[in-house]
Amino acid sequence: MRDVAVIGVGMQKWGEIWTKSLREIFVESALLAMDDAGIDKLEAMYVGSMSPGLFAAQEHIGSLLADYLGQAPIPATRVESACASGGLAFRMACMDVASGMHDIVLAGGVEKMTDISGGEATFALSTASDMKWEGTCGVTFPGLYAMMAVAHMEKFGTTREQLAQVAVKNHANGSLNARAQFPTKITAEQVINSVKVADPLNILDCSPITDGAAAVIVVPADMVKNFQQPGVKVTGTGHATDTIALHDRDDLTVIDSARLAGEQAYKMAGKTPQDIDLCEVHDCFTIAEIMVTEALGFCELGGGGPAVAAGHTALGGKIPVNTSGGLKSKGHPVGATGVGQVIEVVEQLRGQSGQRQVKDAKVGMTQNMGGSGGSSVVHILEVM
Amino acid sequence: MPSARSWRAYPQTYRLEASRCSGCQKTFFPPRQVCNACSGREFETFRMGYGGTVVTHTVIRTPGDQFQGEAPFAVGIIAMDDGPKMTTQIVDVPLEEIRIGMKVKLEFRRMYAEGHDGVIEYGHKAVPLRE
Repeated sequence: MRDVAVIGVGMQKWGEIWTKSLREIFVESALLAMDDAGIDKLEAMYVGSMSPGLFAAQEHIGSLLADYLGQAPIPATRVESACASGGLAFRMACMDVASGMHDIVLAGGVEKMTDISGGEATFALSTASDMKWEGTCGVTFPGLYAMMAVAHMEKFGTTREQLAQVAVKNHANGSLNARAQFPTKITAEQVINSVKVADPLNILDCSPITDGAAAVIVVPADMVKNFQQPGVKVTGTGHATDTIALHDRDDLTVIDSARLAGEQAYKMAGKTPQDIDLCEVHDCFTIAEIMVTEALGFCELGGGGPAVAAGHTALGGKIPVNTSGGLKSKGHPVGATGVGQVIEVVEQLRGQSGQRQVKDAKVGMTQNMGGSGGSSVVHILEVM
Repeated sequence: MPSARSWRAYPQTYRLEASRCSGCQKTFFPPRQVCNACSGREFETFRMGYGGTVVTHTVIRTPGDQFQGEAPFAVGIIAMDDGPKMTTQIVDVPLEEIRIGMKVKLEFRRMYAEGHDGVIEYGHKAVPLRE
């Protein structure tokens, strides 16, 4: 297989974008990525999107978006793995280029979530759970992660305060990111006193409903000299699945899909957790970041709460996690999230992250997750 | 008229029919066609008993549209005495008294109204087992 590199990135500010449609927000970000790379023609594209049908009453968006991007008749594929759709689209693009099939491939993601009501959006998101055996009893996604939090607190002594510290840290990072939906600092007290959603999780433990798109351009690593931006090499990729019903897992306190995808990516890249300079993880809820930092080996099992409380995962800490603000502050347009994570790491490795730049960042990692952990996609990227 | 989607699941919804892998004895609810432990394809069907233990739980305070007006309500994962785990509402108990390790039994209750016709679906909810 050929080595693969990212040569262009594009993303507009995420948020409630009432004045633009799904296709418009996607094309804007895709054009930014193509302009960043200095290209106007693609050979193929992969677009992560969880449910344009339920969120925007539009399927068949691979072809739609290729057409509106002026790229039809190139092959265009929509990729779906719930909230990991974007990360998986990036992996598909990398595999396409690595295989030798195409040289210039766009990996994008998009979700238009605010054209429907909050209740309808909650329902659309819940279809990433086992609808028959979880959804029918009224459990929501915050409810599923809340049940993981209760089990984690019981087993490891993780505290309400530690959960809040994840949100505080990510909003502090997001306050330095002009593209974040909520670039606002918050306090632990605000998190703990915010509206209750599913005990022990409150509204400020949850990522928001977001409109947004993101795109990157993937090429063979030996072609990067032909482009204007420094290339960032993709040295590791991992993808693992698990039961989508939370209750079918033996251990509710470990996210196995993240652990296994991480192991694959570490092995492929020849790296260990100690080699990683920064990591974007899927903090759809505060407990998720704690559990994923454990699953990826940045701390021991049960150590995720103490690690965030001690500042180990903050900017300037041992392993900065979610320097972009994470899903929590930057926003979570589910299909675009995984691609947005790749963009943060690429910009950090290029040294383009301004006030939130991680000093001398050479190796970065992303972890994107579907549902309550029924899928995880992990990538390791390095400066060339 | 009940939908095909609901009557297909009658054996599980109403009789708690589960399956046991003939190869490795792992139990499944609902029944599966392939065992995820030993790849076996032979199963025997059995009816689960009603007893179980709370493995984890939460209180839903912001529900989806289908459960508007019913919050707050408790949901938990129950490890059934017969092996499988399942997610159910936990009812007939003050929300703050629910604990991991609490013994429960399933009871047959109204679940929700399906679709625009409002056909009422029934199923199982967990109630505390009182000695």
